[in-house]
Amino acid sequence: MSRGWGLVLFAVAALAFGLLVRGPYYLNIAVFICIHGLVALGLGLLMGGAGQISLGHAGFYGLGAYASAILTTRWGVNPWLAMGLGALATGLVAALVGMPTLRLRGHYLAMGTLGLGAIIQIVFNQADQITEGPSGITAIPYLSIAGLPLSTDHRFFFLVWPLLLGAMLLGGNLLDSRLGRALRALGENEGAAAAAGVDVPRAKLAVFVLSAVFASVAGSLYAHYLTYVSPSPFGFAFSIQLLVMVILGGEKSLWGPLVGAGVLTVLHQVLAGAAHQFPFFDGLETVAYGVILVLFLIFRPQGLAAPLRKPVSTSPPGPFPGAEREPVPQASSPAAEIAALPSDGSEPAAPGVKP
Amino acid sequence: MEWSALVQYVLTGITQGAIYALLAVGFNLVYSATGIINFAQGEFVMLGGMLAVTCYSFLHLPLWLSAILPIGVVMLVGAGIHQLAIRPLRHAHLVTLIMATVGLSVALRGLAKVLWGADSYPLPAFSNVDPVALAGASVDPQSLWVMGVAAVTGTALTLFFRYSLTGRAMTACAARPLAACLAGIRVERMNMWAFALAGGVGAIAGAVLAPIALPSFDVGTSLALKGFCAAILGGIGNNAGALLGGLLVGLLESLGAGYISSGYKDAIAFLVLLIVLVLRPQGLLNVTMRRDES
Repeated sequence: MSRGWGLVLFAVAALAFGLLVRGPYYLNIAVFICIHGLVALGLGLLMGGAGQISLGHAGFYGLGAYASAILTTRWGVNPWLAMGLGALATGLVAALVGMPTLRLRGHYLAMGTLGLGAIIQIVFNQADQITEGPSGITAIPYLSIAGLPLSTDHRFFFLVWPLLLGAMLLGGNLLDSRLGRALRALGENEGAAAAAGVDVPRAKLAVFVLSAVFASVAGSLYAHYLTYVSPSPFGFAFSIQLLVMVILGGEKSLWGPLVGAGVLTVLHQVLAGAAHQFPFFDGLETVAYGVILVLFLIFRPQGLAAPLRKPVSTSPPGPFPGAEREPVPQASSPAAEIAALPSDGSEPAAPGVKP
Repeated sequence: MEWSALVQYVLTGITQGAIYALLAVGFNLVYSATGIINFAQGEFVMLGGMLAVTCYSFLHLPLWLSAILPIGVVMLVGAGIHQLAIRPLRHAHLVTLIMATVGLSVALRGLAKVLWGADSYPLPAFSNVDPVALAGASVDPQSLWVMGVAAVTGTALTLFFRYSLTGRAMTACAARPLAACLAGIRVERMNMWAFALAGGVGAIAGAVLAPIALPSFDVGTSLALKGFCAAILGGIGNNAGALLGGLLVGLLESLGAGYISSGYKDAIAFLVLLIVLVLRPQGLLNVTMRRDES
């Protein structure tokens, strides 16, 4: 209900912005907020939903961008088809890395994605037969809708925000679905979730692959928007920025990552502008990211955007602000809720029932 | 295949591997005590190198003092990180703590860029002697320093954990924090010590590496990633494994760069990491998974 209104509000605001603002500078920032928002949304689903971190999401973003760039410039593939193929390939890569690492408890996904992200960027730099190396691929064609090329900031903005809206709708529905409940359950207590019949590795893998696909689509959008890709934006630094976006906005809410993407994208623009005049601002920007991340973890772990829906379980007031982040599993936690609720409206779920 | 070339690659690999082993030991120190993967470990190494250069080139201190002084400073940085950012989060989820260390690493890197700019700075080799010839290859004396310092550091830490009261208390905390607490050990203080020691080990690695690879503000990330590969390869928390893992990563990288492709040199460590995660996630030396975090 409230989420629906929020999305309507977002649509109205984006529409108004698109109709009223003509300056390419602001439209360019808005487009990037939407593109970053799409990646952050996927990462937020993974972090907030499955309690896992990926340190290689910039790599998935890059895979999408390079897939689009290579397929369209070398083989003349239709840009939309290239975007789909890129998403498919990225999803497969994510599944390959996620399958073994997500079966283990602990933070092996973080390590696996870290390694994967590093390898992806090295390949972009080194495989110059295909990727043109550090100089990058130019003259990537624009996307077009019914013969109209999306060659201006203005037109492109009207592609990205509805796409982002759709992704948010998808993400919201996912969180409400059976998989979403399973994810929330395992995010709080894996053992309890498994006991309640959640196939924990499969649920985690599903959301991980989905978040990689979101990143890939965003990467394709990036490639067709700038019509140029090079390896440097797809490194570890951007993976960290994405992490900051999600934490800053709040991983537990659907809006959080978008808010975080907005703040960080604008902050980057402002600080990058200042860095032109004062070179040491370059370092300060990095300091700011780190400090924001730590301060938010300690003092406002729920992020800027308060969760739209109250968490099912309420934690007793802890002695530390950080304690609010992870509600103490209680009888009313989603895991217990799943155990208690009928699985599809008819019969009570027995332990061992697959979601 | 040239025999002397192979010897040269192996020597380079062992030198680099000793550095990775030191990084892996740093990861292990914090991991054993707290279960946290400390992403700021690479920044400890970077700070060690940068501070050594600063002491030597700008404060004109003697070389030996310039190499030793940063150890104390970075130990303080490690302890400070624990007190300011990790301790307030001690009741938070492990993911939160790991992300806090990511934030700290980014902040330290940025701070280094503000302080020292984007330049790399040279530090002279510790001994001013000519390279030694060995089986047709030449051994850089600084390589011997790296290997020696790594060996001494590893031995010292082993003795510290086995015989000193603080070391044994830290071992107890790592094994069973609650039981250690009941036995009157101040777990939080031991965790602070773990971060301080990790900082110290990092600074040692940074100072001894500086004459070979010029330090700049951004060397931490790639070193940390490699050291981390070494730690996982050997089995995280296992210091013998750290040595083995470090040497393996160093050797594979150096041989890969020599015989396969120097461009893909950096990818080799990560490929090894992925393969280990798939085939033997507990590492080569650990028999079972030590911690069962969820």
